Amino acid sequence: MISEITMPSMGADMTEGTIVKWLKNEGDKVSKGDKLAEIETDKTVVEMESYNEGILKKILVKEGTKIGVGKTIAYIGDPNDTVPENGLSEEKQSDNEEEPEKLLLESTTENLSEEVVSVKNPQKITDIKEDPDNYRIKASPMAKKLANEKSIHLEDIIGTGPGGRITKDDVNNYVPGPRLVSSSSIGVKKTTILESSDIPLNSMRQAIAKVTVRSKTEKPHFQVTVEIDMTEAMKTRKDINEISEKDKIKISVNDLVLKATINSLIKYPKWNSFFDGEKLTGHSSINLGIAIALDQGLIVPAILDSQNLDLFALSIASKSLGKRARGDGENLTNDELTGATFSTSNLGMFGTHSFTAIIVPPQSGIIALGTVKKEPKVINDQILVREIMYATLSADHRVGDGAEGAIFMNEFKQNLEKPTRLLL
Amino acid sequence: MSEMIMREAIKKALEESLENDPNVLIMGEDIGEYGGAYAVTDGLLKKFGSNRIKDTPISEATFIGAGIGAAAAGLRPVVELMSISFSLVGFDQIVNMAGNLRYMSGGQISVPMVIRAPTGAGVQLGATHSQSFETWLAEVPGIYCVCPSNPKDALGLLRTSIKNNNPVIFAEPALLYGSKGEVPEDYYEIPLGSANIVKEGNDITIMSYGAGMSIIEEVNQKLEESNISAEILDLRSLNPIDYKTIEESIKKTNKLVAIDTSRKNGGIMAELVSTIQEKFLDWLDGPIIRIGAEDVPWPYNKDLENAAYPSSNKVIEKIYKQLLN
Amino acid sequence: MATLKEEKNKKNIKNQKSSLEKTEMLDLYRQMFLIRQFELACAENYTKGNVRGFLHLYIGQEATAVGSISCLNNKDYIVTHYRDHGHALARGLDVNRTMAELFGKKTGLSKGKGGSMHLFDSARKFMGGHAIVGAQFPLAAGLALACQYKETGGIVVCFFGDGSTNQGTYHETLNLASIWKLPILFILENNKYGMGSSIDKVRAGGEDFYTGVSTYDIPASQVNGMDVLAVKEATKLAVDKIRKEGGPSYLECKTFRFVGHSLADGQKYRKSEEVKFWERQDPIEKFPKWLISAGIINQKELDEINQKVKEEIQNSVDFATSSENPEKSELNEDIYEMQD
Repeated sequence: MISEITMPSMGADMTEGTIVKWLKNEGDKVSKGDKLAEIETDKTVVEMESYNEGILKKILVKEGTKIGVGKTIAYIGDPNDTVPENGLSEEKQSDNEEEPEKLLLESTTENLSEEVVSVKNPQKITDIKEDPDNYRIKASPMAKKLANEKSIHLEDIIGTGPGGRITKDDVNNYVPGPRLVSSSSIGVKKTTILESSDIPLNSMRQAIAKVTVRSKTEKPHFQVTVEIDMTEAMKTRKDINEISEKDKIKISVNDLVLKATINSLIKYPKWNSFFDGEKLTGHSSINLGIAIALDQGLIVPAILDSQNLDLFALSIASKSLGKRARGDGENLTNDELTGATFSTSNLGMFGTHSFTAIIVPPQSGIIALGTVKKEPKVINDQILVREIMYATLSADHRVGDGAEGAIFMNEFKQNLEKPTRLLL
Repeated sequence: MSEMIMREAIKKALEESLENDPNVLIMGEDIGEYGGAYAVTDGLLKKFGSNRIKDTPISEATFIGAGIGAAAAGLRPVVELMSISFSLVGFDQIVNMAGNLRYMSGGQISVPMVIRAPTGAGVQLGATHSQSFETWLAEVPGIYCVCPSNPKDALGLLRTSIKNNNPVIFAEPALLYGSKGEVPEDYYEIPLGSANIVKEGNDITIMSYGAGMSIIEEVNQKLEESNISAEILDLRSLNPIDYKTIEESIKKTNKLVAIDTSRKNGGIMAELVSTIQEKFLDWLDGPIIRIGAEDVPWPYNKDLENAAYPSSNKVIEKIYKQLLN
Repeated sequence: MATLKEEKNKKNIKNQKSSLEKTEMLDLYRQMFLIRQFELACAENYTKGNVRGFLHLYIGQEATAVGSISCLNNKDYIVTHYRDHGHALARGLDVNRTMAELFGKKTGLSKGKGGSMHLFDSARKFMGGHAIVGAQFPLAAGLALACQYKETGGIVVCFFGDGSTNQGTYHETLNLASIWKLPILFILENNKYGMGSSIDKVRAGGEDFYTGVSTYDIPASQVNGMDVLAVKEATKLAVDKIRKEGGPSYLECKTFRFVGHSLADGQKYRKSEEVKFWERQDPIEKFPKWLISAGIINQKELDEINQKVKEEIQNSVDFATSSENPEKSELNEDIYEMQD
């Protein structure tokens, strides 16, 4: 019976060995216990014994050749036995040239799971997890947990623990409203020294600095602010979300705002064009930019061809854009990063009443949105509680005048106050 | 209840075990006629004879190993070391034999033995005799490790330790051999792996074991003066550790101070604090304060030794600086 | 120079050869051959990756374990060093379970948790191969203390190599055994090398060890460890003395391992002539030749024994191969004995 002789394993840490010398020649008789070859490991040279009997039919690996543990190096058999064909072809495979490739292939499969893990970028994972709300606010883990349960923002609480740490008691004693000095420190003059070390700018901050200065020096900005009664829009949103619950799509206030912006731009496409020094360059698509605050800084990627999307598609596109911007999913494309034709910036989630934004060059306008908040309003001589949002357009005066801006913003307002338009 | 000092309590447990179980025997250096370096076994030779109270040569590795062998063959030896620092000489026997025998025999062999050893600094014995290696031994799987802080716990824990079918390191704080305490008249045992809430409190949990409990007493007095209600926790057992009791206390007070009388670097509290923050982070209302001895060899001079030891003043200072403000 | 004790031994051995029953002789041979075949199978399976860790083979030393252990009864304990397969098999540990242990399988002696260097079978009072050199001495003292304390009549045989005599526990335990009169037979397997260090490099006091033991007031003798009958007789004398009079004894067996310290040993530290010299004294070759020439057995009987042993070893490899790995849950089992 023909038997394969393989490179023996002389230790758990041995992965390959070198045939230093064959101690038997092809055709020699081999008994059990006979020394077949000298094998060099990375530790020492050992003599390899035969555990088989017969004739050394074929030596596959030449002296001086290094080969992996378990690989066939020779055949022992009876005189009549023939060496298998694949054994001879294996001889070629075990030549020095072929071997590395084979080993490489094996190691790739073995390490597959490891590689999958290493593909994930730890930087990006932490980016998502870090809660910018709590950044640099010192609070004990217990206080954070409590504040979260009570829906209190940590920045609203004054920490009285060592180093200004917010403690459990600080959260429990928190009274909403203007910041009160906690009772224990009434009448005590506090000396607070702010951390004042220099902060080097990352590349993104440097870019933001350049772009905003360029925009404010080149572009004559003017602003138009409108007050929008969002009561109907909020109701519609609620209805939609109830109906579409099973589809797991939740329309946000911002999705309504995006749709209103697109509708207004379709009606007044001038604001979707750029001033290029000589003329206004128009665009056939509305690539709607959305300002996204990352830890490293602000980016304004665009939903491409947004004029073709209905509210739901827009909502999905907007959420996907946000996720991908934070490193979850495919990277943003160059078109998305630089192709916006008009932008929106929403700070409503921070409770902002209203603000003005700087236009992203070369665009012509950006709408800045505050929070939706209940306010008393006189309607038909009655005081009613309405949900109000303030929106401020920053526009390039070279593209249009104040009146045009006002008309555009009125269209935007109408879209949101009569929200069925958003569903068309 | 009757008042007892620590060495009497330990002796009582030994005496009872010798009376109740013919397989119990005691081995160690000068435990017979001499009565033991700390006089714990004084008088036992007379009562039980040299067959059961066995003086050994000064060969720690060998008489620890002999204890292990005797235990593996069905006896219940209690081996006394003159100092836990001497365990170093027999470390291979303790770790590789006592700790590993059961596992590497696939559960075939049991080692029901107790290794008693005085531990800790505070009595001016210098670098070689003042260490607290129960903190090292507590890491070894297969071995239990306990350390009482008062006569009542010493009696209850030693009773349980001798009855246990596994090797138990029974560390006895050298500072406390003469300390007094109330001990119940009725028979009781204290299970291994059970921490003790010495005093309930609401504002802060302070935990230690062995000689560290005396420091906590002083700390507590000072905290009480400031109307701070401390919950005092005595670990009693370093392996296994009673995380349940620790958990309950932390959930109540949300603040933890951990005191080691051994060197801070790599002390048992380092392990505990690490695990506690993993398990109970959201219940912590501030950093866990860890205080241990200075990371130096133990000095002989009293002032220097005091300086290396974790005093109650050091503890109080750290509590106010980092936790209470 | 032969001592008086040796002379006495030789005389007794001569008488012994004729007084042993044929079945006893055959059994001695069968066990030695079993160990040799077991070790060869281990080596083969090591090169295949089935056996891992460090593998120390007993090849060449079979007569020592077989001759000595044949004198023990079921009250007696055995502790040994990490080159422990031979003692385990001579003690009658199940061949299948021993092989399965080396394969790390759940059917192994220790459910695959011990490995080659840590073989245990407490039912046969086989209290372990011990892999920290010299660590088994104190354990032997303790086991002997228990025999003495409980008056079981049992003794302890403690095997050790020449390398371990430089450990403190060797001297400490000889001393303790002597002053406590512990029933221990210390059996030194002097194979001349502690790993790659020859005795003359690491020992003060020459190449004989038994002469130094008188310091501890322990009776000691030396025997040719390649002669199974000589070992058996010398052991019997020592064991009888311990059982009768109490206290320890010491037997030095001069032996040799034909193979490296472990499998990854190029044996640069010794000459092949030396190995060949000792191989000529191979008990697996010499003893059966003597059995045939003395007319105790014929070649056919020998072949039958060999064939059966080979089958037994092949079966053990098959058993180990087909056995399952221990379950993951075993990881946390057998650390502590649980009590109510």
